[in-house]
Amino acid sequence: MKISEHWLREWLPVDLDTQALAHRLTMAGLEVDGVEMAAPAFEQIVVGEVLECSAHPDADKLSVCRVDDGSGEPLQVVCGAPNVRAGLKAPLARVGGVLPEGMKIKRAKLRGVESTGMLCSARELGLSDDAAGLMALPADAPVGRDLREWLQLDDAVIEVDLTPNRGDCLGMNGVAREVSALTAVDVTAAEPESVAPVADDRVSIDLDDGVACPRYVGRVVRGVDVRAESPIWLQERLRRAGVRSLGPVVDVTNYVMLELGQPMHAFDLARIQGGIIVRQSRDGETLRLLGDDTVELRAGTLVIADHQAPLAMAGVMGGADSAVGDTTADILFESAFFAPDAIAGRARQYGLHTDSSHRFERGVDPAGQVRAVERATALLTAIAGGEPGPVLEQVDEAHVPAPRDVTLRAARIRQLLGMDIPADEVVGILERLGMTVTAEGDQWQVRVPAYRFDISIEADLIEELARIHGYDRIPETRPATPARIQPQSETQLPLSRLRDVLVDRGYQEAVTYSFVEPGVQALLDPDHPPVPLANPISAEMAVMRTSLWPGLVKAAVYNRHRQQQRLRLFETGLRFRGALDDLAQEPMLAGVVLGPVAPEQWAERPRPVDFFDIKGDVEALLSVSGRGGAFRFVADTHPALHPGQTARVELDGEPVGWLGAVHPQLQGRLELDGTAFLFEVRLDVLQEARLPAFEPLSRFPSIRRDLAIVVEASVSAAALDATVRQAGGELLQDVILFDVYQGKGVGDGMKSVGIGLILQDLSRTLVDSDVDAVVDRVVAQLRHELHAELRG
Amino acid sequence: MSAQRSEELNTLVQEALAAIRDAGDARDLDAVRVAYLGKKGHLTAQLKQLGRLPAEERPAAGQAINAAKEEVQQALEARRESLESAGLETQLVAEAVDVTLPGRGQDTGGLHPVTRTLERIQALFASMGFRVAEGPEIEDDYHNFEALNIPAHHPARAMHDTFYFDASRLLRTHTSPVQIRVMENEGAPVRIIAPGRVYRCDSDLTHSPMFHQVEGLLVDEGITFADLKGALHDFLEAFFEQRLEVRFRPSYFPFTEPSAEVDVQCVHCGGEGCRVCGGSGWLEVLGSGMVHPKVFEYCGIDAERYSGWAFGMGVERLAMLRYGVNDLRLFFENDLRFLRQFQ
Repeated sequence: MKISEHWLREWLPVDLDTQALAHRLTMAGLEVDGVEMAAPAFEQIVVGEVLECSAHPDADKLSVCRVDDGSGEPLQVVCGAPNVRAGLKAPLARVGGVLPEGMKIKRAKLRGVESTGMLCSARELGLSDDAAGLMALPADAPVGRDLREWLQLDDAVIEVDLTPNRGDCLGMNGVAREVSALTAVDVTAAEPESVAPVADDRVSIDLDDGVACPRYVGRVVRGVDVRAESPIWLQERLRRAGVRSLGPVVDVTNYVMLELGQPMHAFDLARIQGGIIVRQSRDGETLRLLGDDTVELRAGTLVIADHQAPLAMAGVMGGADSAVGDTTADILFESAFFAPDAIAGRARQYGLHTDSSHRFERGVDPAGQVRAVERATALLTAIAGGEPGPVLEQVDEAHVPAPRDVTLRAARIRQLLGMDIPADEVVGILERLGMTVTAEGDQWQVRVPAYRFDISIEADLIEELARIHGYDRIPETRPATPARIQPQSETQLPLSRLRDVLVDRGYQEAVTYSFVEPGVQALLDPDHPPVPLANPISAEMAVMRTSLWPGLVKAAVYNRHRQQQRLRLFETGLRFRGALDDLAQEPMLAGVVLGPVAPEQWAERPRPVDFFDIKGDVEALLSVSGRGGAFRFVADTHPALHPGQTARVELDGEPVGWLGAVHPQLQGRLELDGTAFLFEVRLDVLQEARLPAFEPLSRFPSIRRDLAIVVEASVSAAALDATVRQAGGELLQDVILFDVYQGKGVGDGMKSVGIGLILQDLSRTLVDSDVDAVVDRVVAQLRHELHAELRG
Repeated sequence: MSAQRSEELNTLVQEALAAIRDAGDARDLDAVRVAYLGKKGHLTAQLKQLGRLPAEERPAAGQAINAAKEEVQQALEARRESLESAGLETQLVAEAVDVTLPGRGQDTGGLHPVTRTLERIQALFASMGFRVAEGPEIEDDYHNFEALNIPAHHPARAMHDTFYFDASRLLRTHTSPVQIRVMENEGAPVRIIAPGRVYRCDSDLTHSPMFHQVEGLLVDEGITFADLKGALHDFLEAFFEQRLEVRFRPSYFPFTEPSAEVDVQCVHCGGEGCRVCGGSGWLEVLGSGMVHPKVFEYCGIDAERYSGWAFGMGVERLAMLRYGVNDLRLFFENDLRFLRQFQ
């Protein structure tokens, strides 16, 4: 909403300068986006009148004019504008004058002809983009008068970014009411006077849908001169509000909208067949809108129709066929109240947004329709003549929003704001905002006018009080903090602990989009169809990730393209699995690793990262919970991973994660230029920690025995470990797998494994026979279960 | 003791001392020790000859020999120490390394700046007794809009460019639905912050289709707007670690009443007006307000007994201001050169 400061000051005598006014508005919730002057700086531009005009002797496109500048001594001015003619009044820059861009007007010779001044276009004065010709001033423009002064161009235009609850401020009357409350200055503008009908032209009006349109006011004006020019002051006000002048009828409806906040429309009366019906659109109906687009009307669209067809989309836009045009003589004004619910979202459905729909969506004054029609009639007849008929009003009273009664308690003000507002201030603020206030002990009965659609409960009134009183005058206090200890589970590991594990192991945290490219998603997790977005922002962000891998792989590729050789990235976040109706949103921790295992170094030979580096990282993650031993790594296959280098992570037999090398066949398709390793583990299991439980320490020495066994290469370390532990019994404290060897000295398809047994007893020092017994049991079990033999 | 005998002993000592001086290493030195002090050593031999002396001469001669032995012994000891320390010296020189060469092993990674900022915000509010609550990112219309007093077709919905899955399911456009879920489940009093990802169907220089918010909610008896002002002012000064002017401006959020936009004095120019604050001297950093009675109603909380406030802030925005990041898109490109700056 663009507010002309001059116009506002016509409504009430504000005792604040522009900056102070703008600040006050911002601090009252009418956020000022900017303040601009109504015209850029220029000097010595006056109203000039072209007295004579003749062709330049040496230039086809130039004219030589004698121009009256009010000094009594006409000036000779050379002009190149196509519309220059004798009798035309236009802005004249005198010699010594300055144009907006800083150009100084000097005495000059143009193709040999003296020119003492310059006739200006609107564009040259920075008043509009119109550079087609001179800015034509009305015939009654006072010759010689300073243009700035005459058009009151030293006016500030304050642009306010209104929040959607403040539809009441989308007219000067509402802004004035607001400023009145803010400054405690009364509004002095008079109510528009009514215009007595001089004819009895009537049009029937039927309200088919009283809920959507409970009030419709029409008025016929016959014999309007649509060629009349809108007065310059009106054009200027429209211009400052950012509205183009389009002829007297449209200008008047727009002006009334800006002044009173009531959108209006005018039909060419000759195009209305029968009468007006306000109704819902019907199947298959179409409407050619202003601007010539034809739309197919959807169900739920309120239309203004005649007895034949829809004429306009109610509250949004008029139709082209019934619009006022060059040949229009008689018009029908429309000033209606359309319920916000009937208009909200409709314009958007058609890709439209108009000044009208903007206001109706937010709510216009349900009692303001007649006033607007009276105002429009007065303006139009003054500008373009015509004979007004009577005001035609159809009302469905039951559905017209009524004023609301709200109780306001002083105690509640204190409870919500933490301060008291004096009673007289409470009453003063609310009354200036248009409310009727009745005191009842330490509370008030407040009647809220219907145009304040945003006020229906006590808290709304308290906001009004706080806003006008000033948020800056509310004290700053601290909420009482309960001296109560918060429960904190020791078996719930903070996420930060897990992040720190990876950060300390060289990982950089990434944050990637939760929506990913479906193709990459399908490569990395083909078994889980992703949930697609109905309105994705691009094809690369079309489906929800079912794994964190697609985003991480993309980040890895991005960095590889930027010469980053060594990559270790991790991310935490939700994955989205299952159908929409049965969706699991599970927090995961995932990583991608690529390149050398360590930063390039003088002391160590560079080595590419391998499976066991990643596994070490995953084991570190699993073990901070104190439950490292509870997890199992099981050889498995995964469509995205190398079949020989893939492990499923299990907890109590339940799969909780994966790790492995990206399948060589996928590398190229993922644009990876080396072997990348991926892992992903459910965060909830990582965060579930063990509460430590003390076990007595042995005071007796431990004994270590190392075994070297030969076993088939396919026997897994996990199987060996499990067998040894099972056979070891109570004395066996730990098992260390310290060597794995395949090659010379060990048979084909076999491997040699070194296993250390740590033995200890709680109550005594072990003797050789104890140890031998355990070793014998272990060896026997290994032989029996896994066909392992002691290495000779 | 005869002069001749004395002379002989003296010569022996001088010879021994010379030999000790000449010993180049521990082995030489030990040979000297054996030659003079060993069982068959020269000085030992002298002692053995004592018996041949007249009884009255013996004490003096014995004393002299013992003194000589002692002298040699001490010289041996001194030489041994000197040889050892020279040996250590040589060893130390040989073992010296270039300490300026880089250390071996893994380098340290780092947290994403958003996480870093989130953790900081969480820690500051934790000190005021706020615990962290989380909620789903694929939300339903009810929790994201309806229960927050934003019915269908409400103009406020136009302020949220929403990603939809179907008519009723969407990506949450703010972390505010977590408020609803916590109040629904736990009732009052409540003291939470809800950090997390949010989504808006908008992408340009200053908008990302995904970003992070932190929602805060405090509901209890006697909670006021004045408390909100105090708490958020404290938070902003603590976050930026400087004294800052803070101003509360009336605004509009359907789920709070009264509502306030919170501006902080520009941390870049100190309020003078600059490129960062668009010349105004103020930065809009938070939305806040008193919980709307309708929201309490939806959650079954008695609005007469309880009052509360809520706030929401953009994490990337705060991170940009705190660390001077000038491009929102950097947060999601995951360029290592960017990420490493936050180690």
